[in-house]
Amino acid sequence: MIHFVLLISRQGKVRLTKWYSPYSQKERTKVIRELSGLILTRGPKLCNFVEWRGYKVVYKRYASLYFCMCSDQDDNELEILEIIHHFVEILDRYFGSVCELDLIFNFHKAYYILDELLIAGELQESSKKTVARLIAAQDALVEAAKEQASSLSTIIAQATK
Amino acid sequence: MAGGPSLMDSLFQRSLEDLIKGLRLHNLAAGTAAGTPESSTFLSKSIDEVRREIKSTDQQTKTTALQKLTYLHSLYAIDMSWAAFHAIELSSSTIFNSKRTGYLAASISFNSSTDVILLLTHQLRKDLNSGNPHEVSLALQTLSSICTPDLARDLTPELFTLLNSNKGFIKKKAIATVLRVFELYPDSVRVCFKRLVENLENADVGIVSAIVGVFCELANKEPRSYLPLAPEFYRILVDSRNNWVLIKVLKIFAKLVPLEPRLGKRVVEPICEHLRRTGAKSLAFECIRTIVCSLTQHELAVKLAAEKIREFLTEDDPNLKYLGLQALAAIAPKSLNAVVENKEVVIKSLSDEDVNIKFEALRLVMAMVSEDNVAEICRVLINYALKSDPEFCNEILGSILSTCSRNYYETIVDFDWYVSLLGEMARVPHCQKGEEIENQLVDIGMRVRDVRPEVVHVGRDLLIDPALLGNPFIHRILSAAAWVSGEYVEFCKNPFELMEALLQPRTNLLPPSVRAVYIQSAFKVLTFAAYFYFYPEEALAASISGVGESVHNGWCEQSSDSVSGQTVTFSEPDEGFNPRMLHQPQKDASGNDGKKMISDLEQVSSCSVKMGHFTKDCLVGMVNLVESTLRPMAGSHEVEIQDRVKNVLGLIELIRQEIHGCLVPKEEENDRGELKACEIVRVMHDAFSEELGPVSLSAQGRVPLPDGLELKENLSDLEAICGDFRIPVLSSFSLEKPRSLEKDVVTVSDQQNEEECEPSSESTSLLTEHRKRHGIYYLPSEKKEKVPNDYPPANDLSMQDKVNDEVDYLVKLTEKSLVPKKKPIAKPRPVVVKLDDGDRIHINETLPELKEDLISDAVQEVLLGSQAVASSSRTDKSDKSSNRRSRKETFRPLESNADSTTVEIAELGNKNSRRIKHRTHGKERSHRSSKKATGESDRSDRPNSSHPHGKHKSRQRADGMENVAAESPVIPDFLL
Repeated sequence: MIHFVLLISRQGKVRLTKWYSPYSQKERTKVIRELSGLILTRGPKLCNFVEWRGYKVVYKRYASLYFCMCSDQDDNELEILEIIHHFVEILDRYFGSVCELDLIFNFHKAYYILDELLIAGELQESSKKTVARLIAAQDALVEAAKEQASSLSTIIAQATK
Repeated sequence: MAGGPSLMDSLFQRSLEDLIKGLRLHNLAAGTAAGTPESSTFLSKSIDEVRREIKSTDQQTKTTALQKLTYLHSLYAIDMSWAAFHAIELSSSTIFNSKRTGYLAASISFNSSTDVILLLTHQLRKDLNSGNPHEVSLALQTLSSICTPDLARDLTPELFTLLNSNKGFIKKKAIATVLRVFELYPDSVRVCFKRLVENLENADVGIVSAIVGVFCELANKEPRSYLPLAPEFYRILVDSRNNWVLIKVLKIFAKLVPLEPRLGKRVVEPICEHLRRTGAKSLAFECIRTIVCSLTQHELAVKLAAEKIREFLTEDDPNLKYLGLQALAAIAPKSLNAVVENKEVVIKSLSDEDVNIKFEALRLVMAMVSEDNVAEICRVLINYALKSDPEFCNEILGSILSTCSRNYYETIVDFDWYVSLLGEMARVPHCQKGEEIENQLVDIGMRVRDVRPEVVHVGRDLLIDPALLGNPFIHRILSAAAWVSGEYVEFCKNPFELMEALLQPRTNLLPPSVRAVYIQSAFKVLTFAAYFYFYPEEALAASISGVGESVHNGWCEQSSDSVSGQTVTFSEPDEGFNPRMLHQPQKDASGNDGKKMISDLEQVSSCSVKMGHFTKDCLVGMVNLVESTLRPMAGSHEVEIQDRVKNVLGLIELIRQEIHGCLVPKEEENDRGELKACEIVRVMHDAFSEELGPVSLSAQGRVPLPDGLELKENLSDLEAICGDFRIPVLSSFSLEKPRSLEKDVVTVSDQQNEEECEPSSESTSLLTEHRKRHGIYYLPSEKKEKVPNDYPPANDLSMQDKVNDEVDYLVKLTEKSLVPKKKPIAKPRPVVVKLDDGDRIHINETLPELKEDLISDAVQEVLLGSQAVASSSRTDKSDKSSNRRSRKETFRPLESNADSTTVEIAELGNKNSRRIKHRTHGKERSHRSSKKATGESDRSDRPNSSHPHGKHKSRQRADGMENVAAESPVIPDFLL
């Protein structure tokens, strides 16, 4: 299974973290520090796997973002790599050529997408279309519910700017 | 607080976007890290805002506040446990966005220690039953990430319902969530397992994928339970064209096949088919891995896998290369050919730019090592080590050292070569493996008699190079070099050169502990030289004829007579030595040493006979050199150094008188008898030429405690010992040679007691004092090399014997029961080997049990439950087996699992039948056809199928009967 998902920028900033195994806050910080030290220093033409504390961390760099997933030793690295790619494609489809800023300002949406993709550290949905459809449906729900609630506050917020 | 401010808050609330922008702005302005003061003030200000806003009654405001907090928590690691209640509150909101935010916050921040988590139960249940599939999906996602045993227990019924949901994506999520629930609340297995199994036949690929994923995880932990489901998996393997599914199924088979060989025959063909057909590397790799891990008996498959690995290796993609190397490493133990065929690629990969690939290649290269190629491989590796960066260089050296020393140097035939390799390694610029090399040098010196000349030669080369002294990483190696050169000085071609090397000025760069070893070695060399000077013929005779025994025994008595008087007159340190030497019954072992060197010795000694003056000059020169170098160090603050320097100076004092005194009447002395100093020299030389041998880790434990020896008191009561000193002497000796030599010892010590009670008791007290100070170093129980290195005086004389005798004693002890291992050249030390082996085995036996302890009860329960369904036994899989079971019958299953199983079944078949309930569908379908079912299996089988599933047994009962349930149906499983 996948133990956690990390998105780290090239500068070592964390963009998204999702933990499927229990880690305390302290451990999380340590893991992030260790892994960003390990991964960010690796050159461009090297393999996408690093061994780390008996686990395998599969990472792939897309533009300025490193997508890292930590899996068990005997998991299939290439499969994890495909999951990462899958995730990126879905993000890309959802945001329309996704960039780091999209993920920064819509971190919650990235979480929702990831939740559709992976559950309990297992790949959930291998169809990009389905994920897109589900997310769209949820967004529609949100919009519908939001409409009357938010209209007033947005107007006022705009007026006060 | 409720009205006004909250309205204001909601009006002027910072949105998430504002927060993020603010953070970015402050980060940019303040520099880089999030920890800069400005950004941290902004952070804390934002958190304060959130704290205020989150109390708002307005849902929207609250939602935004929680969202901001979630953001800060997940990216800036801000604590949000205090907001747990607010998250729960929002999750009950009717507005979907608020609900979603609440659940997201919960799933990210809750953990098992969140106390309000129980408040969420009701809401989750409500949402799991909701008519809106998206709400259900949210609840499932949340449950999968924050599930606790309580939640799992309370929500199992809802999950059970959802497993039959008509919405595909809900079903999939429910399936994945079930895995978590199983882990935390094993009883749920009884409820849900059947539905899981049913879903294996679902037409929807996505659902099959999810379900196979779950089984893959479950089988990872306890494969045997799922053997009965093999037909279902087989069908998927053959039918499915979905790579995600196939990979998972292959993983399951990789676990199942080792348990049931017949399964291998069935699946090998489809797997090979997939391997040939597929274009997807991930699937191909999974096929390869399955074959090399689990299907190694099928030669064709292995061959095919090897071919594919070759393809991987020749690809440019570093990922494939890396995986190819890994697969090779997996295949190496079974089919070395595959590795050897790809040798070139592997060796080339050693210089790959990717560290991971290099490491993998190194591992692989080490796996190829055998007696025939070890020299060649090491040569190649050392060349790589010279070229590569420090980290990898040391990795290479480390793996060479560990591979070559594996199992007491079993791969090494030519020790001369290996020792010179060690010397070479010491000179590799980045070498940081000093400690390991040190240990091996000393270890080989002690274990392998024939290689000693070479060890001394290598040691000399290292010592003589002043450049090496500047490198702190090498100091440990130099220490070993000094020790071997001193210990085996008789093989040294030129003791004078050696002495100069040992005393060269740059030795002041060494740490005191190493320096002490140097001085001690100088001491040995000096003794040796003096011995040759005084007794040229004897030295010659001893070394040529290899006798020793009679001569030395004779000497022993003489020396105890003659030296006794002298000890009083000598300086303190000498006194410390002599009495101890006197106690030692000499048992010469040096006689047989290296015949190669004899000719040299002959020359030297014949020289000395003929040209007495020349040798005298040499000796005097040496003595002067030693004295002038060491004299200033007599005041050293380091006790270790000071102690040894004093010893050496004492000896010099002695020799000097002798040299001058015997200048003229040397001939006569030789005829008539020895002067006393010569005696000392002789005795010391004899003592030094005692062999040190390796000692088993458990050696001390095997020595029976002699009567009257109070180990616990640490001999603190000095008065008593001095007053009644015969007992300690006796006991300390019987400790060393409890069997054969006790009598001799008694006589020797008796003699002494009678003749010179005074000095002896004094020296005994010195001895005991030393023992008191360095108590732990007497009778070494840890690393044997440590002893000679760090505390030579403590053991040079007495320890030497002690160690030696102990080994002898242990040899005798274990002679009958243990078979010595054969080694080509190595001096057989079967006792040590075996004893250590014994220890290791012992540890191995206990470890799995510890591991089992770690396997959570929950998992056991899952397995138990599913096992009841799957009805398989874990008998021969002892390390995976349950705690309770292994305790009950640790050894039986290993030897004859079938027997034990049948017995179990015979005994408890009736009870089993009631426990085993779920294994209905797949089982009946697929296994009924089995013909070979034995009586027992039938018996346990029938009741199973007849029982309806879903009965809840009490936990205690389950525990009580786990073994039984687990094991009974082993035979039907075998008839897939």
